[in-house]
Amino acid sequence: MRARRGWAWMWMFLGSLYFFIPLLGTFLFSLHGKRGVLSFAAYHRVFADPHFLETFTFSLQMAILTIIVGLTLLIPTVIWIHLRAPWAKPIVETCSLLPFVIPPIVLVFGLIRMYSSPPFQIVSSRGLLVAGYVVLSFPYIYRSVDAGLRAIDLRGLTEAAQSLGAGWGTIMFRVVLPNMRVSLLSAAFLTFSIVIGELTLAVMLAWPAFGPYMAHVGRDLAYEPAAIAILSFLLTWGLIGLMQLASRSIGGQSSTLGGTH
Amino acid sequence: MAFLDLHGVVKRFGRNAVVDGFTLAVQEGEFVSFLGGSGCGKTTTLRMIAGFETPSEGSIHISGTDVVSVAPNKRGVGMVFQNYALFPNMTVRKNIEFGLMVAKWSSAEIGQRVDEMLTLIHMEELGARYPHQMSGGQQQRASLARALAVRPKVLLLDEPLSALDAKIRERLRTEIRAIQKQTGITTIYVTHDQEEALSLSDRIVVMQSGRIEQVGTPFEIYNRPATPFVASFIGNLNILEATVVDAALGRLSVAGQEVFAAGPVAAGPGVKLSLRPEMLSLEDRPEGANSLAGTLTNIVFLGSIVRLAIGIGNREVFLDRFNTPHLALPAVGTQVSINFPREACLVTEPDPAEALAGVLLAKGN
Repeated sequence: MRARRGWAWMWMFLGSLYFFIPLLGTFLFSLHGKRGVLSFAAYHRVFADPHFLETFTFSLQMAILTIIVGLTLLIPTVIWIHLRAPWAKPIVETCSLLPFVIPPIVLVFGLIRMYSSPPFQIVSSRGLLVAGYVVLSFPYIYRSVDAGLRAIDLRGLTEAAQSLGAGWGTIMFRVVLPNMRVSLLSAAFLTFSIVIGELTLAVMLAWPAFGPYMAHVGRDLAYEPAAIAILSFLLTWGLIGLMQLASRSIGGQSSTLGGTH
Repeated sequence: MAFLDLHGVVKRFGRNAVVDGFTLAVQEGEFVSFLGGSGCGKTTTLRMIAGFETPSEGSIHISGTDVVSVAPNKRGVGMVFQNYALFPNMTVRKNIEFGLMVAKWSSAEIGQRVDEMLTLIHMEELGARYPHQMSGGQQQRASLARALAVRPKVLLLDEPLSALDAKIRERLRTEIRAIQKQTGITTIYVTHDQEEALSLSDRIVVMQSGRIEQVGTPFEIYNRPATPFVASFIGNLNILEATVVDAALGRLSVAGQEVFAAGPVAAGPGVKLSLRPEMLSLEDRPEGANSLAGTLTNIVFLGSIVRLAIGIGNREVFLDRFNTPHLALPAVGTQVSINFPREACLVTEPDPAEALAGVLLAKGN
């Protein structure tokens, strides 16, 4: 028994080495920004570059808009499918896989062709970029919301609320959404991480986003990309930490999180 | 018009009618159970009263108002679900408050009403608990309190006890009836459990394949089943094939032995003779009682009762006896005779479908 546990720890240790050594290497490399000494010089330079903050803020705004639009579009849709149109489930599920099958480059050329001439000349609007991002994050949002709804007894809860006199607004905001908090958070964070790093759409539609900035820095500089990689890693883990915290504060609901990944 | 009135209600899913011609008048304060096996349409009927399903035909009136086109949240109907359906993000108190808050009661009134409800279900101490911190029985009591808090006109219970274990089920059953009597609320109770229906209801509606088989008091349903289905569905029943010797005298023949029914029976070659196991005895044959000879084939001990199997012709008849420490039973294999009063004979015509099958079979031969 003890020997087996020893083996388990050893595999765990090897696994974490596999994961952490490259990270450690990147981190150490990022500290070599000044010749001969270990320093945070590369990080200073990243933060000092006005483009860093500019592009990050832009992508942050786009991410928030994408989350709002995506959730507003998909929550009612998925609830509708669960309650009234279960037959539509395979159709929507297939659609949700399309962004995996169709490369973003194809999507963006389609968007450009479609929307660069009248009657829809909106190729340079932020709305089109957000719309594209919503398509890219569709699978993640759909799956999170679907898992969240599956984890609760949606029909039972809505019917109970209806029999107590509640209308749809009350049912959504007092009963359904609070019980899906964890899966909605996970949908939001997944969307966030997709949009923050997205390259193709932003480049092709010519927006000063964080993805193209990272690609640009990676091409031209040595230590700064490593610093940015570490920063984005910390940001991602920070968000996952927040997700865990939120799930724990709900208590007894943490299982929902497991279902979304 | 009755307080809750269903008239000619039909519900079709596609071509299939799951509820067919359901007509029932429920008086104010009455406790009515819908009893039947799965797929008999009892839950669909309940859901039509609640407004979660729309009838394909027919009308539903609650205290004089036609509610067919009224949304579920405007019907004033309280519902208790099999799986409780408590809001997981709210404490018991908040759950009970929910309906009152929607109805815009003042906070003082809400506080008072919630306290009242917690007292009613004996859960004064548990108001701050979340659903997942409570047992199934406690959750179902909370869900009952939540439904009753808003003072609905009709209370609907959809198999509320079937997810609970036997002991709690029995206790909660008594409690539900007590609360119903105390509040005087008109109640519809859906169940597949005949014991629940018999012990709780003022009246029982026995359903099969979307149709009402019989409506009556538990006493009537048990002792005077109107159809072979009701007879076989309620209680344990021995069903024997009998041939009619003299319809007017109620004289039948069972496996070559003569039996008299309490009154005239339907004329026809064959009928079904149903006998409740508890109506049969091995001893004391009163004057004029029936008697059938057979062989004791098996004895099954069931706790408070002992069930004896007796072979008569090619059928086995079960006979129940109360278990006592001094119970002396004949050995398996002995010849015995079972005695029963004429009133114990429930004589029904064979099912039309079965009769038809019999005819076809006869033709085939």
